[in-house]
Parts: sequence; structure tokens; C-alpha cells
Amino acid sequence: MSVEVWTYLLVGLSFAGYIYIGYYNRVRDTKGFYVAGQGVPAVANGAATAADWMSAASFISMAGIIAFLGYDGAIYLMGWTGGYVLLALLLAPYLRKFGQYTVPDFVGDRYYSQAARAIAAVAAVFISFTYVAGQMRGVGIVFSRYLQVEIWLGVVIGMIIVAFFAVLGGMKGITWTQVAQYSVLILAYLIPAFALAFIITGIPVPQMAITFGDIIPRLEGIQTELGLGSYINSSRPMIDVLAITIALMAGTAGLPHVIVRFYTVPSVRAARYSAGWALLFIALLYTTAPALASFAKLNLIDTLNGVSVEAVQNEPSLSWARSWETTGLLSFEDKNGDGVYSLTSGDANEVSIDRDIIVLATPEVAGLSAPIIALTAAGGLAAALSTASGLLLVISSSLSHDLYYRLIKPTATEGERLMVGRLVIFGAILVAGYFGINPPGFVAEVVAFAFGLAAASFFPLILLGIFDKRINSTGAISGMIVGLVFTTVMIVGQRSVQLLGTPEPMIGPFFGITAQGIGTVGMILNFVITYAVSHATEAPPQEVQDMVESVRIPRGAGAASGH
Amino acid sequence: MDDKARYEGYWKANVRLITILLSIWALVSYGFGIILAPVLNNIMIGSIPLGFWFAQQGAMIVFVILIFVYCKLMDGIDKEYDVNE
Repeated sequence: MSVEVWTYLLVGLSFAGYIYIGYYNRVRDTKGFYVAGQGVPAVANGAATAADWMSAASFISMAGIIAFLGYDGAIYLMGWTGGYVLLALLLAPYLRKFGQYTVPDFVGDRYYSQAARAIAAVAAVFISFTYVAGQMRGVGIVFSRYLQVEIWLGVVIGMIIVAFFAVLGGMKGITWTQVAQYSVLILAYLIPAFALAFIITGIPVPQMAITFGDIIPRLEGIQTELGLGSYINSSRPMIDVLAITIALMAGTAGLPHVIVRFYTVPSVRAARYSAGWALLFIALLYTTAPALASFAKLNLIDTLNGVSVEAVQNEPSLSWARSWETTGLLSFEDKNGDGVYSLTSGDANEVSIDRDIIVLATPEVAGLSAPIIALTAAGGLAAALSTASGLLLVISSSLSHDLYYRLIKPTATEGERLMVGRLVIFGAILVAGYFGINPPGFVAEVVAFAFGLAAASFFPLILLGIFDKRINSTGAISGMIVGLVFTTVMIVGQRSVQLLGTPEPMIGPFFGITAQGIGTVGMILNFVITYAVSHATEAPPQEVQDMVESVRIPRGAGAASGH
Repeated sequence: MDDKARYEGYWKANVRLITILLSIWALVSYGFGIILAPVLNNIMIGSIPLGFWFAQQGAMIVFVILIFVYCKLMDGIDKEYDVNE
């Protein structure tokens, strides 16, 4: 069977599975809709969190980013995993004990302020929308490359699938679908990586192959020879590498769609363990990515550098190069007219490779069989759909629970709340689909924004709320305003060329720290100001201090969730 | 001992454990993976420099271990202070 038939088969089967799971787990109450009835076992929640977290970008782009950045790719590897240690030790167990439905619930109750609740809800919606547009786009790209359908049709098919299990099953449907999606995406990632590791180094385990094989020294040698820069050493100021890593870690721990997953488990103990399982499942992919990156890059350079113009046009073993050339992600130009394409840096380079090819094309480049190539497509779709559904639920809960039920109509009945939740998630899917088909040009800028804002707002707000009883609403609101304003001004100023269309950036790097890392400075400002203002003004009310005492003690989490 | 003293003792034990584990967390990532990476790159693990290994492999492996260590030790501390579920 051809690759295309295999792709239809595997994608079709996996989609049928998601729809069945969604239907089987349909819910009838808001507790099921928002937090899956708080009955998800720790390991299952770990797998769901991993699928929720690993987006189309993690699956498709991460290995490619590392392949091109070399050492500096570690910013994302450590940044996007280190945040789970913060979650497990500093946030998840206490938020589970608190036992409400959303992050704004905690912020509103802890800081006894409806304004703080509203700001938190709006921030959660903003952060989630910036992400979800990229996911829908990822669905469209995978469809268009593997199944030769238009991007808009791919997005619409993805929307229908997500709508089915998210509207019907809410958090419960999403959780169990994500468990299935994690299985698909990790198999799709690991099988080609194991095969490639074995072909190139003779060691089948990628993590061992990168450490004990000779790929990295060979790659370092070739990169230096071709003038592509070092693979092992950093090309950025150390302070910037540090700031970006810290911002990504704190941002990860502060992202609402990740935090809310820890509300779905039955106990505080399960919240701790499920953070461990989540990181284990994530690390399976994240420790494989740098290995895959180095194998794929060496393989691509070996295959394409010095290849003749004639071979690229006619050679059967290079048919993958011709099919990727039609997508525009790979392009050749014999600038010096010597009949041979050469890879180098700068203007003389004759082969340009888009980073997204690394994962998607590698099975073909390495000559793996048709079902494995088709599995990559199913994996990319699983990664995009699982992240999209988790984000859509946060958007729905922020609008229907935090804003509609808590602020606008506290007398709403259970049935009304469930209906509003379903309508909002359906509307959010339509909006996300629109942005997937007509993507705004500044998605990458906005994602840096999301992490910076989460690091400078939610992370200090929740952390101090748990660990310092003395923090009051005056301190928290002052700190949040300063953190958010500073971070926003710096990001917009540094990225003004892309965001505002100015000819030059309005603000240069802040003591060497670029826009991606500036959330770290915003976070420190937030911590300092919240602490200082809170301790200079009067203590929060006694019942709030009692609530902080109670979230610190695991016992009673089951009862606490009963209200 | 009364509830208040018990809860305070439990919280202190928890914060102490968190401090120790987060020090290791910072050491392997910001320390070995970034600040000390140029120095550690003079040592090889297998065929790759140690600083590079920590940045792209080692730190992540240690993170996973740290969370499970925290879970296990907290199971004991929860029981010791009689606050387990």
C-alpha cells in the first residue's frame, strides 16, 4: 500500500477512536464538564497533561529548532520541562486541595477581590487564544502535506473532531481522548527515532545513541567546516540564555491549561504523582528530540551537500526532496552554476531547509517504510488536537464559569451553566478555526508574550498566595500591574518592528535580555513589589488566612471538592 | 501535640524538603547546563561534552527523578504528621 493509503487508514482509525471515547465519556454536570468529576487516576492525568502540553510545535518544530540552534535549543528543552518541577513542588498539590474549578477561582478567593478574578479570567482567555490558533494551523499543514487537501478543509475537519468530544464530554471527554492521543503521538515520535538511531549509530535507544555514538563530534566538525557555526557552544549572551530559561519555566508553571489539569485528580497525593508522570511522559519526547535533531541534521547535510542538480531532478532515492520542494519548505538554487548544490552560511548557500522538515521528512529521508511515515501524520494531528482541546476548555471555563456564573449571574442553575459552557466552547472552536485558516502574521511574537505574561503574573500571584499568608490584595494587585506593564512595554518595544511596523526596535535588549526572557525581570519585579506592599499594609482577613492554612494540609481534599 | 503545632511542623518539613530539591533543580539546569557548561565541556561523557549533555539530556532526567523523590518523601512526611488523606 502507498504512503497516502496508509495515512488515510491511520488518521481515520485514530479519529474514529477519539470520537468513540468522546461519546462514551459524555457528561451531565458542571463538575464533569470542568474538572472531569475529579476522578482521573494519577497516571492517566499524567498522560493527558503530557498530550495537553505537547503541541503541534513540540511535535513538528522542536527537533528542527534544536537542529538549527544547536546548544541553544536547550533553552526550550530545560525551560519547558523544568516548569513541571515548580508545578509539582510549589503549586499543584495546594491548588488541588483548594479544590475549585479554575485558576481565576483561586485568585478571586485568595485575594478576596472580584476585580482580580476578572483580570485573571481575561488573562487566561488571552493566553489560551494565542496558543490555539497555532494548533489549528498545525492541523491544516499536516492535512495538506500528507493528504493533499486544502489547508482550510484540514482545519474544518479538525474543528469537527474537537467539537464532538469537547462539547459533549467537556473535561472528562477531553481527558480520556488526550490519553489516547498521547499514545498515538509518542509512538509516532519514538518509532522513527529508534529506527534512525539504529541506522546511523547502531545503538537503537536515541538517548544512548546521542551520548555514546559519534554523531555530535561529526556534526560539530561538519558545521565548522561548512561555516554553519558551533553545535556545542552557545551563540547568545549567557544572561539572555538564563533569563529565557527561567521565563519559560515560570511561564509553564503559570499557564492555566496546565494548572487546571491538576484539579481533575481525586487527591493531593495524586496531584503530586500525576505531575511526576506528566514530566516522565513529556521527557520521553523531549530527551529524544535533541537526538533526533542531530541525526536528522547530519543525515540531511550528508545527503544534500554536494548533490548534483541532475540527481535532485531525477534520482529515485531523492523523490522526497522533490515532494518537499513543492511545499516550499525545501528549496534549491544553483547560484554559482557549477551543477552542484552546496550548503553553507550566508548568501552563498544554495540549499535552504525549513526547520519543520526535520521531523516530518526524516522518516522518508531515512527510507523508512510507508506505515511509519503515515504514523508521523497521525502523531502530528494527535499533538495538535489534544493541545487545542485543553486550551478550548480553559477558554470555555473562564468565560462561562468565572465571568458568567461568578460575576454576571450567580443564580444560574446547573443546567444553564452547563449549556453556557457548551455554547462557549463551540463558539471558541469557530473562532480558533477562523484564526487557523487566516493566521495573524505575528503568532511567534504573541507566543513569547504568553509565556512572559504567565511568568510575570500568574506564577508569582499563586506562589505567594500559598507560601505567604501575609500577602493581601493591595500587594498582589500592585505587583501584578507592575509586572504586566513592564513585561508588555518591553516586549512590544523590543518587537516593535513586527508588532507596530516601526523601522527599528523602539527598545534594545534590557541589560542583554531579549523579549523572550524579559518575563523573568517582570516576575522578579512582581515578587518584590507584592511582598513589600503587602507587608507595609494591613494583613488579609482572618478567613483568607484560614483558607491558606487549609490548602497547605493534604487531608480533606475529597471533602473540599464536594462544594 | 495540638493541631496548630502539628500543622506548623508539617509545613516547615515540607518547605525544607522543597528548598533542598529546588537547589538541586537549579544546580543541574542553571548551574551545570548554563553557567558552568563552558567549563564542564572540557569533560566528556561518552562522546559528547558534559555541559552540553546536561543542557540537552541530564537536567531533564534529574527533573523527573526530583518530582518522584518529592512524592515518595512527602508520603512519609504526610503520615508522620498525620495529615495524609
